[in-house]
Amino acid sequence: MLTQLEKQLLNDYQQGIPVVSEPYSEIAREINRKGFSVTEQEIIDNFNSLKERGLISRIGPVFQPKSVGGSTLAAIAVPTERMIEVADIVSSFSQVNHNYEREHQFNLWFVVTASSQNEVEQVLAEIEQQTGLSVMNLPMEQDYHIDLGFPLWC
Amino acid sequence: MDDLDRKIITATQSGLPLVKEPYNVIAKELNIEPELLKQRMQIMLEKKQIRRIGAVPNHYKLGYTANAMSVWNVPDEMIKELGQQLGALSFVSHCYERPRFLPEWPYNLFAMLHGKNKEEVAEKVQEVITLLGEHCSGYELLYSKQILKKTGLRLKEPS
Repeated sequence: MLTQLEKQLLNDYQQGIPVVSEPYSEIAREINRKGFSVTEQEIIDNFNSLKERGLISRIGPVFQPKSVGGSTLAAIAVPTERMIEVADIVSSFSQVNHNYEREHQFNLWFVVTASSQNEVEQVLAEIEQQTGLSVMNLPMEQDYHIDLGFPLWC
Repeated sequence: MDDLDRKIITATQSGLPLVKEPYNVIAKELNIEPELLKQRMQIMLEKKQIRRIGAVPNHYKLGYTANAMSVWNVPDEMIKELGQQLGALSFVSHCYERPRFLPEWPYNLFAMLHGKNKEEVAEKVQEVITLLGEHCSGYELLYSKQILKKTGLRLKEPS
């Protein structure tokens, strides 16, 4: 269960944590204008608690992948009996930061992010070689999403 | 983006420390002045190299356990307009144009849809179908069965 304060923090601070010396103190001031009465330390404690419970993975900058190297979304149609083996090979690459099993003929979907486009292609080639399966490479051509964080209407 | 920016990314990509002065801690690690760190991060924000600074929610743990990767086949000449409309919907967390991979994969517009259960996601799908109307000549939903790996963006230390 989330407290009112936790809901407010989750809804309001998926973006806009200020780049100032004492950001949590600034957040406490902003939150208190919305009818709360909290200290900087309570903001820190609440974020820590959300993190420890796994409700947030971190507090910090979310980088635009394309601006810091190369990335792509790729998929493999894995024969069911080889799923664990192939998924383990794919996950073993440090450049693979998301790897999902999905319900489709193309049942393994993963994101490769590396310091260059060239490195991305090398990783895909190595995955093909190690698994003996072909990889469908679907690099992003255009981003249409306006990223304001994810609205949580909890 | 220079070497210092890359070092800043490496030092902050797993999160800011939850202490009174988080930027001072990072600046000390990088052996630079806190003012320089904040200035660089502000510039990266303005250049949209940093999309946002905030709490990164774990949708699953928060009860949004159903997500479908929806993929749509729309005419190339319409994709910009339709993509912008789709990307502005509140339940869409990612919306990308990607190349088709013919013949197996005719879809060029990807949108990640979220809900508390499959039924809620199915309602969102209907909204998208209505939005795209006659411009959509096919779609599929790929529900996630299992998360096998999920980590934040990782950059190697600049060498």
